[in-house]
Amino acid sequence: MSWTRIVAITRKEVLQIVRDPRSLLIILVIPLVQLLIFGYAVNLDVKHVPLCIYDRDGTQISQDFLKHFQATDYFNIVRLSNSYPDVVRNIDHGVCSVALVVPPQFAEDLHSTGRASVQAILDASDSNSASIGLGYAQAITQTYSSEIQIAWQLERGLAVGAPNVTFAPRTWFNEDLESMADLVPGVVAMVMAVVGAFLTSLTIAREWERGTMEQLISTPVGKLEIQIGKLFPYFVIGITDTAICAGTAVSWFGVPFRGSWLVLFGCSMLFLIVVLSLGYFISVTAKSQLGACQMALLATFLPTFLLSGFIFPIDQMPVVVQWVTAVLPARYYVSILRNVFLKGSEIGLLAPDIAALAAIAAVLVILATRSFRKRLA
Amino acid sequence: MRIREAIERIRQMLKKEFIQTLRDPHTRWLLFGPALIQMFIFGYAATMEIKHVSLAVLDRDNTQESRELISHFSASRYFRITKYVSERDELREGIDRGDFLLAVEIDSGFAQRLRNGQGASVQVIVDSSNSNTALVAIGYLSQVGGTFAQQYQIDRIGRIVPQMAPFVPQVDLEARPWFNEGLLSEWYFVPGVIGNLMLILIMNLTAFAVVREREIGTLEQVMVTPIRRWEFILGKTVPFFLIGCFDATMLTLVGTLWFGVPLRGHIAVLALGVMVFLLAALGLGLLLSTLAKTQQQSMITAFFFTMPMTSLSGFGTPISSMPLFFQRLSYFNPLRHVVLILRSIFLKGVGLEVLWPDMLLMACFAFLMLSVSILRFRKSLE
Repeated sequence: MSWTRIVAITRKEVLQIVRDPRSLLIILVIPLVQLLIFGYAVNLDVKHVPLCIYDRDGTQISQDFLKHFQATDYFNIVRLSNSYPDVVRNIDHGVCSVALVVPPQFAEDLHSTGRASVQAILDASDSNSASIGLGYAQAITQTYSSEIQIAWQLERGLAVGAPNVTFAPRTWFNEDLESMADLVPGVVAMVMAVVGAFLTSLTIAREWERGTMEQLISTPVGKLEIQIGKLFPYFVIGITDTAICAGTAVSWFGVPFRGSWLVLFGCSMLFLIVVLSLGYFISVTAKSQLGACQMALLATFLPTFLLSGFIFPIDQMPVVVQWVTAVLPARYYVSILRNVFLKGSEIGLLAPDIAALAAIAAVLVILATRSFRKRLA
Repeated sequence: MRIREAIERIRQMLKKEFIQTLRDPHTRWLLFGPALIQMFIFGYAATMEIKHVSLAVLDRDNTQESRELISHFSASRYFRITKYVSERDELREGIDRGDFLLAVEIDSGFAQRLRNGQGASVQVIVDSSNSNTALVAIGYLSQVGGTFAQQYQIDRIGRIVPQMAPFVPQVDLEARPWFNEGLLSEWYFVPGVIGNLMLILIMNLTAFAVVREREIGTLEQVMVTPIRRWEFILGKTVPFFLIGCFDATMLTLVGTLWFGVPLRGHIAVLALGVMVFLLAALGLGLLLSTLAKTQQQSMITAFFFTMPMTSLSGFGTPISSMPLFFQRLSYFNPLRHVVLILRSIFLKGVGLEVLWPDMLLMACFAFLMLSVSILRFRKSLE
């Protein structure tokens, strides 16, 4: 191991990165774009569900019931239909995703039998929005039911009162239920996976593809020196990206940061070592840039996006998939970040996650180092 | 005669491209392996549905009413009671450690207030470090509370004036989930995944293919042959178009046969939608290849475009929940149209009479991308 040789390799790599300023710029801008999208555009909270109404009863009472849907943020009444085929067309064309059909004898049924039912047709081709929309509609219907029950009692002079149960939820850790706040950790992890695995997977593969690897092999530089020298610049880029991400999230979007920056950067470095080693390992194995980047995408970006608990909660996945997530570094990293940002957890609570991440890092570093042979063919 | 020569040149070019793409077992695998794996991950892992939210209860009232409320929780498939505690501190610590997501605390006097005909409030601590789960759980809470209160009220009226109990007015909501009766997540995700994978695969392959020749220097060799530029472009795009068609067929088969997603619309409309979208993806890929000098550049640029396109396509989150500006912006996103088209054909079974505006917009986009990239491309070769 020689310090000068490592520095020489690093210098060569830095030169190569700097000569392609556009790639470097994009790499630094990607986290900002992602944050902007998650901050302003994408909302996991379903609101303003487009609603279509077909009131076949047309009485004061049915209108009164439907008014309850007007007064809320959850629904947006986009159409008043006057025939069933029109309802079908609106749903088919995606004009509305929920349609309420009030039956012709709604008011009369309610008066004579006490029971009346309203049809809620859901466009369940978007199953998620459909079930959330259904939940809202049910809550509104319940509110309406208890209102008319109270009126009914008063009319008859019954002294039952209005016994009801309300929940007073206090939300801990993310008080305003900002989806931004819990997406930030995921964005950080995703960006690091991209920087780490994408960029590094290309560096070695590129040398093979262009034939410069032969030149590198003929020099006295050792394989460990190549590894450290090549990865170091990307390590710096990765840490810079983390800082940009976390800094923007906290200062611009007001995401709370309750833990320690030291833990954040310590764990980020650990995660970077993991993705960098993985990218390095892939690039040594793939030997073509196309193959390397596709494999890197598959090995790091996808699991980070899909299986880390970033968007889809892990405890809702099938058990087998949950087992698979146990070996995914991104899962531990996202969990650590969430704790550091929102809960401000002490290091003791984070220890199991950090240990798991460190173990994976150790395995991958060894794997990456072993895979590289200073040999042709 | 000249036409025959042109056809012959294109044939040779196609032959070269196919050999180049399919020669290496590594690359061969890349054409369908990653797409298949992603399809399976999405089919199995991606679910927005939230069930069995873990919950801890502290019952300080300990009356028939409070136990009744708790039994409403245990009977609901939305909640799973993981712990009954006796101290308030246990609730706080459990939430901190992440043992459970909800902590319900029923105060003493709960039943008394209900018996007086008053509203009773129940304290709940919600771990909102995952805001989506928290929101959904809060929604479930109010449903459970509402059902409980309704039943309680009707029971009481029944006890006071039994003969009137059946006439207590109540409105029910009858849910009719159309197109996806079981509200299955995989039915929702699978059609969209096909569009996403097509975009990523075809755009990347096309962008790579041209840049690779430039980077290795074989582009010059191709250019000294008598091949014309448009013949070269055709030779570069046709193989990827065919690969895209093959992959789309494969993913459709996996989606329908393995995941049981119904294909209710006409298969010809599906094919048309996929092909128009493939042209759009090819156009984008070609455009990227004119913008990039190295494969690294083309890949990073492609990635830069892919992420926002996916996020704003309505694939994972509904477009109607986005701010108006982004809703309008999404019309320029071919992925938005193809996701809608795929979902509509698979699940709704509608045809061109409904989908023509999206098809048209997508076709316009494809035409624009292809012409701009071909113009730019010709220049970059000169």
